[in-house]
Amino acid sequence: MAVHDPTPIQQRVLSVLVENRAGVLSHVVGLFSARGFNIDSLAVGETEDPTMSRITLVVKGDARTLEQIKKQLNKLIDVIKIQDLTDEEFVDKELMLVKFKTSPRVKDALKPLLTKYRMSVIDEDGSITVVESTESRENTQKLFGLFKELGIVEIARTGTVALSKKV
Amino acid sequence: MPKMTGAQAVVEAFTKEGVEYVFGLPGGACLPLFDALYDAKFKVILVRHEQGAVHMAEGYARATGKHGVVVVTSGPGATNTVTGIADAYMDSIPLVVVTGQVKTFLIGNDAFQEADVTGITRPITKHNYLVKDAKELPRVLKEAFYIASHGRPGPVLIDFPSDVSLAEFDFVYPETVNIRGFKPTVEGHPGQIKKAAKLIQQSKRPVIYTGGGVIIAGAAKELIKFVEKTNVPCTNTLMGLGGVSGTHPLFLGMLGMHGTVYANKAVNDCDLLIAIGARFDDRVTGDLTKFAPKAKIIHIDVDPSAISKNVKVDVPIVGDVKQVLTELNKLVEPVDTKEWFAQIEVWKKESPLRYHDDGKAVRPQYAIQKLSEIMGGGAIVSTDVGQHQMWAAQYYKLNGPNQFLTSGGLGTMGYGFPAAIGAQFAFPERTVLCITGDGSFQMNIQEMATAVYSKLPVKIAVINNNYLGMVRQWQEIFYKHRYSSSEMNGNPDFVKLAGAYGATGRRIDKKEEVEEAIRWSMTIKDRPCVLDFIVTEEENVFPMIPSGKSLDQLMDMA
Repeated sequence: MAVHDPTPIQQRVLSVLVENRAGVLSHVVGLFSARGFNIDSLAVGETEDPTMSRITLVVKGDARTLEQIKKQLNKLIDVIKIQDLTDEEFVDKELMLVKFKTSPRVKDALKPLLTKYRMSVIDEDGSITVVESTESRENTQKLFGLFKELGIVEIARTGTVALSKKV
Repeated sequence: MPKMTGAQAVVEAFTKEGVEYVFGLPGGACLPLFDALYDAKFKVILVRHEQGAVHMAEGYARATGKHGVVVVTSGPGATNTVTGIADAYMDSIPLVVVTGQVKTFLIGNDAFQEADVTGITRPITKHNYLVKDAKELPRVLKEAFYIASHGRPGPVLIDFPSDVSLAEFDFVYPETVNIRGFKPTVEGHPGQIKKAAKLIQQSKRPVIYTGGGVIIAGAAKELIKFVEKTNVPCTNTLMGLGGVSGTHPLFLGMLGMHGTVYANKAVNDCDLLIAIGARFDDRVTGDLTKFAPKAKIIHIDVDPSAISKNVKVDVPIVGDVKQVLTELNKLVEPVDTKEWFAQIEVWKKESPLRYHDDGKAVRPQYAIQKLSEIMGGGAIVSTDVGQHQMWAAQYYKLNGPNQFLTSGGLGTMGYGFPAAIGAQFAFPERTVLCITGDGSFQMNIQEMATAVYSKLPVKIAVINNNYLGMVRQWQEIFYKHRYSSSEMNGNPDFVKLAGAYGATGRRIDKKEEVEEAIRWSMTIKDRPCVLDFIVTEEENVFPMIPSGKSLDQLMDMA
């Protein structure tokens, strides 16, 4: 049979080294919209080599789509290397800043979380409490759920950044 | 180190890259560049519309295998190239397009004739650059030519602000390129090639299916050797026509929506499909779940992303088609296809390519058959898009590669005439024929001026049915004869129009006039010649597999 068998949707973390030049990010992002791929998260920053940036992408799709995403990214002239971190041991983090209305309820709810997760209160007065968390994507999702129940005033999140554990 | 302006550097780089022709049209932002082009050793062809320039460059590139080069101005000049660039991207044509841009300090200010050209062309170029510093030019130009033609070819655009074109700097053109992110795989994996050879040897009913990749890779010779050595029937996609000669005994004609019945039946029934430089386009496969259902698939392509994109492949081979075929040819031996050919022969007899003929009216298929017979298999044939394109693919028998110039992927009406002009520039002595329709021809008819002042003897066969014929055919079959906006009211007299430009032509509305008119056109050597074939209006292209359907819904001539 010539057609691809359907496969389950999975999420993958890709670490993409690109040329550190103007317009590169638009090439990468544009590829996703042009080909109908989904990005769950994207984070980009310069590396130890100032001519290169690392883009961490969290993408979703079936096996065929994920293969196409990697192949199409590889075709971009400015893409130097793609690592699929999901296939290996890796560490990942997301930063989240959350603003709450200060109240005894919020204070009580946050207390156990502050010891359990990498979290801290970074600003607090009689009216506003701002909390920072730096956690894995998985834990960040969990915290996000808890915070929503508490009543978020404002929130800002970065995309996932990740690194392989290999040397 | 010679001091140069940015504009002179571009001209110098073109010269070093062996450019013979630049197609373009000047304007404010590229005045410095055209000033430098005034001293160029190569020829600069002024077109009448920038889209024409890109299609000419495409025609030139496809006929020669070299880069097509375009220079236009900013804003509308650049946006007018978009259709041509998208066309070249879909059909993998190596182009370098330089667009003028407003001065760097004006970029983003909505300046006069400003457009975000790198933004607009990002999804339709293989790569693009906005050069903000003249010192980047040598690297950018070298890379542009390299990227355009290596791996799977495609268009590369350089957006070139006018102040950068005036800036002076020390110009040294690099000898080599080093692009970290661009290292196309050329050599096919030997293990995979062995696996492929084994599968071929084990097959009983194999079919070779080849596309434009064979032409682009210059691998037609290797393909014919492969076909003949294995004794396996071969079908071509629209883009692959000329990969094997149209009269080769092992050739099945084109496959797909308007392919021959026997090519489609062979693919449907084969136990091994050997896809070479083809990409399983929907116009070829129709319903994917029913495409080549019994077959294992070998897929050879230079573009890894083309493999397993649409179909599941058993033996993928990433590499240059010419290199892979050369290796494969060392391993393969004749396959016993006697029974298989006997079966194909039965299908051929049952359903050959055919059409009705009353002996009086000009049938479009007849006109193209006669063009093929009289102008010969050595001609370069461009087409536009629509019914005439399919008839040309079915009935014009070409000898070899780089002779059939057609817009396969994007399906761009208006491609054919300028593409023929580009090819005629490259080969002034050869017969260059554009087969077009009354709809398509009018989409870039202004380039008649370019062909006339350049004294090009391009032949233009207008298959004139007074309709957007393919639209009308679909409306007839799928929309109950409701011919919504497909009748071409107000068509000009194409012969008079040719005359007005200083070209010549004839109108042919009887079958008996066809041959003589074609012979006459071959005597015109100093100007374009239009053959306006007034053909039966409601002729349909058959066979036809409706879009997204499979062989069991094939429609043939009633």
